Amino acid sequence: MKDVIFTVISNKKIANGVFKTELSGDTSAIKKPGQFVNFAIEGLYLRRPISVCDVADGRLTIIYKTVGKGTAKMAEASPGEAFKVLTGLGNGYDLEKAGEKPLLIGGGVGVPPLYYLAKELVKKGAKPVAVLGFNSVADVFYEEEYKKLGCETVVTTVDGSYGHKGFVTDALPQEYTHFYTCGPLPMLKAVFRQTKTGGQFSLEERMGCGFGACMGCSMMTANGAKRVCKDGPVFEKSELLW
Amino acid sequence: MEDLRVNLCGIELDNPVIPASGTFGYGYEFAELYDINVLGTFSFKGTTREPRYGNPLPRIAECTAGIINSIGLQNPGVEKVVAEELLKLKKCFNKPVIANVSGFSVEDYVYSCGKLDREPQVGWLEVNVSCPNVHGGGMSLGTDANKVSEIVKAVKKVVKKPVIVKLTPNVTDIVAIAKACEDAGADGICLINTLTGMRIDLKTKRPVIANKIGGFSGPAVFPVAMRMVWQVTDAVRIPVVGCGGVSSAEDVIEMMLAGATAVEVGAANLVNPFACRDIIEDLPETMRKYGIARLRDVIGGAK
Repeated sequence: MKDVIFTVISNKKIANGVFKTELSGDTSAIKKPGQFVNFAIEGLYLRRPISVCDVADGRLTIIYKTVGKGTAKMAEASPGEAFKVLTGLGNGYDLEKAGEKPLLIGGGVGVPPLYYLAKELVKKGAKPVAVLGFNSVADVFYEEEYKKLGCETVVTTVDGSYGHKGFVTDALPQEYTHFYTCGPLPMLKAVFRQTKTGGQFSLEERMGCGFGACMGCSMMTANGAKRVCKDGPVFEKSELLW
Repeated sequence: MEDLRVNLCGIELDNPVIPASGTFGYGYEFAELYDINVLGTFSFKGTTREPRYGNPLPRIAECTAGIINSIGLQNPGVEKVVAEELLKLKKCFNKPVIANVSGFSVEDYVYSCGKLDREPQVGWLEVNVSCPNVHGGGMSLGTDANKVSEIVKAVKKVVKKPVIVKLTPNVTDIVAIAKACEDAGADGICLINTLTGMRIDLKTKRPVIANKIGGFSGPAVFPVAMRMVWQVTDAVRIPVVGCGGVSSAEDVIEMMLAGATAVEVGAANLVNPFACRDIIEDLPETMRKYGIARLRDVIGGAK
């Protein structure tokens, strides 16, 4: 975990209410896909936890939806603008369990953290399949990026305006080795109910500190109380009491 | 060379900066980030007789210049704190620590304080009668001068170490409660714990916090804490640890000028995990700026 200054390189809208910001700074504390960072925003007291979409030497990519004051301010940031960012937070996904054909199930802004995971899995020689769900065609992003990594990529939209009509759970393949998922809670719960194999869930919760000090995001699991920010955000299916 | 030392109930601190209970765990999370031996001491996570999971989520709401929390004293219970947490704490911190104790009855406080008093690393017992996030304990005891007095007397009978009582600001007369503590034999007072507060989410039209009401802290409450430290140090002779919204070296000195012997830092640790280290590093230069050679000389200096 490191508290570092990041400078905005570029900032653009890539879908309905969804922004992609690229920043430069010290990314050395980010060790695994599925970890997150916590942005300090001037005028707001608490930091804003954001998932990591991609990391390359000194370059951080984040994708987020503007849902409140914090993300709205981030979306307005111009190149050169600096943010204090606490990096390398959370446990991240366990890549050892992936197998040959891991399945990545992303919904909305749950799609970005799975991108960095897909990249690392491909590096390890796996052939990930990505099922990415959105509400409508205007919300879709990153399909091409997943395809460029070499992932077999399926897109679903709830209204059928693009790709398969329906939810991600209507398009899950039968054959895969292990699954990784991130997305809105109702989607995660549907994935939990419909999958028969083991898998890993990345959860979201309202946080205070983001590094395990305040107990603001503690959740009961099969192994007792766990902090989503420090012991998570990634939990094994077997730990969840859904 | 500036002298930052202060004496809290007979134990000398290298400096008056103390992370407040509930914002610093049992220390070891922060020890991964910096050497926590730079601290004066710290007050560990509020400990109860039985283990507690705490309140439902969400437990956190943001405010202008502050935060509302409703954790509900999540902790592993006093036996496990002694058996596990204090061992981990010992590995990263070599000074006396403040044991923060909460409870739901006089017997709870007596039991937990008695256990923790026997731990060599515990320097002080901080009797928390001010947690706003539990039913039938914490703050409901700390708003009643007779009840506070009963707890302090009972705890004092079973412990050898100094007893500091942490008070709630959610009372009509803080001075009356503080005097009751002093009369009951308390060795010190810490104030303030959080102010009760709430937020409502316009989208859901429901309170942000599952428990609806929580404890408000952060820079916004600093003037309230200042006023209470001033009033209480006017009325009692035992040392007062100031707490509430402290975020900078300037805030530390300001609170000491109002009468605080030492200062706890809470919410600031949650937005900047290095907050206490930064404050301690900034203190000598800030003292020079205001012509202060010995920090303990400013205690109550504004009176």
